[in-house]
Amino acid sequence: MNMLSPRRRRLVIVGNGMAGIRTLEEILARAPHMFAITVFGAEPHGNYNRIMLSPVLAGETSFADIVTHDAAWYADRDIELIAGEAVVRIDRQSRDVIGEHGTRRAYDVLLLATGSDPIMLPVPGASLPGVITFRSIADVDTMLAACRPGAHAVVIGGGLLGLEAANGLKQRGIDVTVLHILPTLMERQLDAVSAGMLRADLEARGLTVLTEASTKAILGEDRVTGLQLADGRELKADLVVMAVGIRPSVALARAAGLAVGRGVRVDDAMRTSDPAILAVGECVEHRGQCFGLVAPIWDMAKVCADKITEVADSFYEPAVSGTRLKVTGIDMFSAGDFLGAEGSEEIVFRDAARGVHKRIVLRDDKLVGVVLYGDAGHAGWYFDLLKSGADVSAMRDRLLFGPAVAGVPAAGVAALADEAEICGCNGIPKGRILGAIAEFGLTTVDAVRARTKASSSCGSCTGQVEALLKHALGNAFDAKPKVNPMCKCTTHGHDAVRAAIRARKLQTIPQTMRDLGWSTPDGCASCRPALNYYLLCEWPDSYRDDMQSRFTNERMHANIQKDGTYSVVPRMWGGLTSAKELRAIADVVEKYQIPTVKVTGGQRIDMLGVRREQLPAVWRDLNAAGMVSGHAYGKALRTVKTCVGSEWCRFGTQDSTSMGVAIERMCWGAWTPHKVKLAVSGCPRNCAESTIKDFGVIAVDSGWELHVAGNGGIKVRVTDLLAKVSTDAEVLEYCAAFLQLYREEAHYLERTSHYVERLGIAHVKARIVSDAANRAALHGRFLFSQRFSQRDPWEAQARTPDRFADLATVR
Amino acid sequence: MNAVSEVRLTWREVGTLDDFPRQGARTVATAIGTVAIFRTLDDQFFALEDSCPHKAGRLSQGIVHGHFVTCPLHNWVIGLSDGVAAEPDEGCTRTVPVRLDGHRVLLAAPM
Repeated sequence: MNMLSPRRRRLVIVGNGMAGIRTLEEILARAPHMFAITVFGAEPHGNYNRIMLSPVLAGETSFADIVTHDAAWYADRDIELIAGEAVVRIDRQSRDVIGEHGTRRAYDVLLLATGSDPIMLPVPGASLPGVITFRSIADVDTMLAACRPGAHAVVIGGGLLGLEAANGLKQRGIDVTVLHILPTLMERQLDAVSAGMLRADLEARGLTVLTEASTKAILGEDRVTGLQLADGRELKADLVVMAVGIRPSVALARAAGLAVGRGVRVDDAMRTSDPAILAVGECVEHRGQCFGLVAPIWDMAKVCADKITEVADSFYEPAVSGTRLKVTGIDMFSAGDFLGAEGSEEIVFRDAARGVHKRIVLRDDKLVGVVLYGDAGHAGWYFDLLKSGADVSAMRDRLLFGPAVAGVPAAGVAALADEAEICGCNGIPKGRILGAIAEFGLTTVDAVRARTKASSSCGSCTGQVEALLKHALGNAFDAKPKVNPMCKCTTHGHDAVRAAIRARKLQTIPQTMRDLGWSTPDGCASCRPALNYYLLCEWPDSYRDDMQSRFTNERMHANIQKDGTYSVVPRMWGGLTSAKELRAIADVVEKYQIPTVKVTGGQRIDMLGVRREQLPAVWRDLNAAGMVSGHAYGKALRTVKTCVGSEWCRFGTQDSTSMGVAIERMCWGAWTPHKVKLAVSGCPRNCAESTIKDFGVIAVDSGWELHVAGNGGIKVRVTDLLAKVSTDAEVLEYCAAFLQLYREEAHYLERTSHYVERLGIAHVKARIVSDAANRAALHGRFLFSQRFSQRDPWEAQARTPDRFADLATVR
Repeated sequence: MNAVSEVRLTWREVGTLDDFPRQGARTVATAIGTVAIFRTLDDQFFALEDSCPHKAGRLSQGIVHGHFVTCPLHNWVIGLSDGVAAEPDEGCTRTVPVRLDGHRVLLAAPM
């Protein structure tokens, strides 16, 4: 602000995980402009909620839903995110950190949030492909890739993480065996009785549990095929997940000469042995203790931020944490000294028929530990009693039956004090949630999440947040999940709008807006392109495309670049080109002095830096050589990537290049909800990377495998297998049918990966694979629509070149 | 404010009504750089410097809705009448006087 102020201090954060970014948020909340900030992350994307990987694995939520900070979040705050580059060295003399690719950043304050590494058992075969840990989204993807029918997985470790992994894999339909070295599961959270009940519940779900099972070796030649136990038994395994614990990640700190024990040693202000370097999260060791749960780490983040911004001298005090198992349908909670050391008393309730077990441990008339299994409804109340250290002698005889019976006035959330913690992950008390509901007029759980962060991490307090909303709003609160409106101009969701267009035969954007009661005269930049697409898809033969409702790229038929110039990509069918085309491109590049020419990931040639007014002439020249628009700019069919196939390759089993050309000839020009990328590989070596494409074809000896809904973007998603077919005609029919189903059902700007995750691959298979009549109908509708879309937009645009130039010059 | 400054304005014809698509824009080269002239659904005309206050995106290439334009680069929404970015973004683009005289579009181009 002040021109004379000294340069901003430089803060570097090593670790783009939950602890590091939570601390960053706390810092920004205290002093938004104090630092020039750089974040290094070893994983190649923004920050996501690692706690929620288990529900992603189980298919109960998607990766997109657990991303908490995408690239835009950093960009909007002017924070430099260096994702996909691990830091390999700290130079404490010069105060620099150096990344594995050589990136160097100077710091005034350095925050280490390197987290922890999963422990790999040092058994023979542990390094075989197919042996993994459960730590990152990449691990989840590896597990999901292994979830083929008939596959066997072995999970080593019957603790919290191991059981969540096992449950997730089982939900995905494969056989799972859990190995645990001790006699009872989750011994750090459960007593023997509740552990026995948990085991029975898991076995009832079809999991195999082997206790006192020690792994001797992992078997396999090229990849894992099995596992041998110490007692000689052998288990079949296509996937082995090691979930035997974590170890603070300290290599970087140790190499830098910082004091390191089990973790990076920190004092109560979270400072390491070098006062310019702080540490937070699972990498630290504080008073001899390491950490693996989220609640204490959030507390550390606050202390860290206080120290770094110098707004307060706060100190981290270890506090007791509670644990829940994120397995849907299993209700458990555990906290404190639940086993009961000497000098403590316990009160136990058991109802074996209902599957309920509760154990409360008291010492000196105070609650010091609790295990609840089968009914954890009052967990928050017990946890508050535990943390507050209140004397419970007066209600001891009724303590097991919850607050209502114990004589606490009203039941449920109404009974809680304002200081009572609702969201353990984020440390949000009841009073703050009620305050936010009143102050900002919040009416939904999502709004509470956005405003207070309550229930935004593991989500297990969502029920309590709902209850608070109900308590605060009375009947005005509607707990039913609401459909997200398309945008702020309407209350209707995407599906309702599409249904109305179809049912009421709405023909134009203004008519649709009028009919559905839009609140704005002509919508906004979100709904207009969506409506334009929906109308185009519904009425391919009669709808008049509204250019003013298209993003500039689709209006200009070229990709806008950050300096306002455009990039031009001609279509090359199946990636094939010729001397004539290359010569024409070379001529265009020279004639218009195009600064950059690059080969794209989809095997096309991109000319970058074309000025707007040059576009029509560039297109005219390319058209003259027989080339048409490559639609590299559109929510449309982009490219069909191919390998050389059986024509040239000694491994090729089919002519993948010709197949790619045929598919591209059929599909080009199609407008779709989002961009669509295809590929055809000539053998299972998959050189065209078909398994990360929207529709990927892989040749096998007996025909073709058809894969759908892959994505190579921020989050790599491997395709789901749609079907295996034997003829070329079937490949084309399935491809058209899938694209048409996606065109008709996906929300605008929803990639096939998200679309298929939303509706499920079973839904897609039911409509395309098992219903031949429906497949033929979809195929027919696609080809009908293509009759009107396969016109080269460049050719049409080049006829009105004036549109691209300045209208006038006035000086 | 307007009355005072308009005294010194020199109005120059840059085109006619039909040169401008509804819910669209055309650009004019001026001494201060490119100016974007917008025509809204209700046939009003606005002119802004063709540069988003965020990262200098070309507002003339954005989607025009109501009396706003959404920048093509990062979706900032800029008010056409005042050049001010809609919340939560903060920033302002310079406005340029423009008016319709019959079918003629006149711009008071800064010199």
